[in-house]
Amino acid sequence: MNWKWDMFFDAFPFVVQGLWITIALTFASYLFALLFGFMWTFLKRIPNKPLNWLVTWVMEFIRSTPPLVQLFFIFYAWPMVPGIGMTLSPFTSAIVGIGIHYSTYISEVYRSGIESVGKGQWEASRALNFTRWQTWRKVILPQALPPTIPMLGNYLIIMFKEVPLASTIGVTGILHMANTYGAHHFRYLEALTIVAILFLVLSYPAAVLVRKLEEKMNRRFDKNEILKEDKGVVM
Amino acid sequence: MPQVMDKEVKQGVQQDEPIVKYENICKSFGDLEVLKGIDLDIMPGEKVALIGPSGSGKTTIIRMLMTLEEPTSGNIIVNGKNLWKMNKNDHLVRANDKHLRQIRGDIGMVFQHFNLFPHMTILENCTTALIHVKKMEKKEAEERSMKMLEKVGLGDKFDAYPSQLSGGQKQRVAMARALVMRPQVMLFDEVTSALDPELVGEVLEVIRDIAKDGEMAMILVTHEMDFAQEIADRVVFLDNGVIAEEGTPEEVLEKSNNERLQSFLHRFRNGNGV
Repeated sequence: MNWKWDMFFDAFPFVVQGLWITIALTFASYLFALLFGFMWTFLKRIPNKPLNWLVTWVMEFIRSTPPLVQLFFIFYAWPMVPGIGMTLSPFTSAIVGIGIHYSTYISEVYRSGIESVGKGQWEASRALNFTRWQTWRKVILPQALPPTIPMLGNYLIIMFKEVPLASTIGVTGILHMANTYGAHHFRYLEALTIVAILFLVLSYPAAVLVRKLEEKMNRRFDKNEILKEDKGVVM
Repeated sequence: MPQVMDKEVKQGVQQDEPIVKYENICKSFGDLEVLKGIDLDIMPGEKVALIGPSGSGKTTIIRMLMTLEEPTSGNIIVNGKNLWKMNKNDHLVRANDKHLRQIRGDIGMVFQHFNLFPHMTILENCTTALIHVKKMEKKEAEERSMKMLEKVGLGDKFDAYPSQLSGGQKQRVAMARALVMRPQVMLFDEVTSALDPELVGEVLEVIRDIAKDGEMAMILVTHEMDFAQEIADRVVFLDNGVIAEEGTPEEVLEKSNNERLQSFLHRFRNGNGV
């Protein structure tokens, strides 16, 4: 074992320079996924068979191809697509690539939230003559979204751990910095260890936080019986 | 055969035009034909009880009026306007959302399973539609709602959430929520069926109270025969998707010779003891 502490302390400030890029990319692609996820969810709800079929198929395609391949495609191949192709910076490519990939999963989270709101809530909204938009905004989403918060938090952590993929197209996050440092000094051990430590230090507390949030939501749900409300009494 | 009631005699001065008119309404769910040609007039202020075995289509009748189900064929006329069809370039076409909204504002509904909004307080449950649909000032909406909550005996619960109430209290809130909208027709869909027996009384008490006010037409789908007899102007017995008998509570519940009705009432009175 030839671990060298001086290399560790030398590499640390260099690798940490990439931290804000990693974090910025995480949040940017997460935001992208949250918004795009909404789009999928609502496209799927439009009562039009061919459209539904198309959307389902596209989502399945995105989910079944590796994010790394998608990233490479967006960065290297997209500029060459005639007509609609364009060159994107590594950072933007990563936001779009990781964001679109995870938007298909996040869309499922939204869907489960929306489906957890009982049919009775839609009917009561109708009986009170709400518009469709008011029904979504005042009745459905305020009930559908809170229970999805822990799941959405989980996806934030998962995406944080996926973001290093972007180093393959040259986004200068912590992994990229560590690789650069390692190549310069012909030593990867300390630099990559720093990367591992940084990921652990950030994602572990986040995971604990999400678990706490989940427990809190569960308690709230037991108390409010939101889920039971519409099932009513079995007769 | 449906018989025509003389409402003038029964209700004192009445408008001649029915507020709701079902014309040869049929409804199928897939292969299952639930309603096979319903003709039914509801006069303003009239209290009508719909009774019948489960699966006879009585709930479907009021759900179509609340625009929760679309009839397969036939017309429903509300205040002279065709509910499910509208005029477009001199053709009757399927009503769009806007058309339905214009008409269903006159109709209110109370559900078997209450369907209160669990994320809102009792008061907010009542005010939300006044504020957002009727565009009423918040303060005015709250005053009107508080009055109504007091009327149903829940003025002190305005701050609570639905989950903190008993079934009977929830149902009374649901009634207050529908009543503040001041509909001309109020629909009650088996509103006591999901309640524990000891809570049924308090809910019926409120309906009795509302019925006394008089101006609002009410259609009640109910299994409470004694209650139907007490408050209804007319009882309609549905069987196999058609109106098998209708008339005053006395005519239907006591004097009818209709065999199916007899057996239904017999089963009911023995089985449930209500």
